[in-house]
Amino acid sequence: MTEFTPWAALFGGILIGLAAVMLMAFNGRIAGMTAMLDGVLEPKSPDAPWRLAFLTGAILAPLAAMGFGAEFAFDAPVTGAALALGGVIVGVGVSYGSGCTSGHGVCGLARLSPRSAVATATFMATTFATVTVLRHVIGG
Amino acid sequence: MIRLLSALAAGLVFGLGIAVSGMGNPAKVLNFFDPFGTWDPSLAFVMGGALVTTLIGYRAIFGRWSAPLFDTRFHLPAVNTIDARLVGGAALFGVGWGISGFCPGGAIPALGFAPWPTTLFLVAMCGGILLARWLQALPRRRIA
Repeated sequence: MTEFTPWAALFGGILIGLAAVMLMAFNGRIAGMTAMLDGVLEPKSPDAPWRLAFLTGAILAPLAAMGFGAEFAFDAPVTGAALALGGVIVGVGVSYGSGCTSGHGVCGLARLSPRSAVATATFMATTFATVTVLRHVIGG
Repeated sequence: MIRLLSALAAGLVFGLGIAVSGMGNPAKVLNFFDPFGTWDPSLAFVMGGALVTTLIGYRAIFGRWSAPLFDTRFHLPAVNTIDARLVGGAALFGVGWGISGFCPGGAIPALGFAPWPTTLFLVAMCGGILLARWLQALPRRRIA
């Protein structure tokens, strides 16, 4: 069980949106994490430095907040094999699908992109189907 | 330099948002997708809050400015084709998200507050991205 936390969820969501708006207003860039990872995977790209700066900020912020006493709930209720297998599948999927929850689900939908709407509807549906099968068909 | 600092600032806000929202907590993410079991609807508020904020912000920016503050133009995706590659990739991403409970944007900040299992996922995910690139480059290699 995890507790229903609508206010924290809403506040966190607004911050995620604010970050996307900041990156567009300042640098004219989409805050898609699949592309952001190219900062690590394609270090010679001219976009690598600002992408690395964004990634650094994204990792440092929770650490800094913890320094001020914040606590973030974390529980990975799956096996290491599931994390590794899921990771490989996510990597292949976001490459072919050109984006993930942040790029398609937030930035793309906010630009009213039909392409992102199709991608978001598709991955939300297959995530739901996968969790349902794993928890209630196989694990049920 | 200013572009690096502004990207860093946006990254800080993003990372805090992910951590506060629970999007970097696989248990919470998986429960959102489990309405027949231990359902936790929190993530609908995360996505709703993020989407509405971005929608309003983008409208304000694109309606008033012809260029961002620290660059000469907006860098927006030019592709708008909806094809099997997009749908298949998105479908596969969802399967991986459902197996692991992690999406890329959730996992990156989680590296800060839960380094161990997150590293495993991120390394595997980067392996998947490199695997996909290798597969995508294959036909061209054959022709050459």
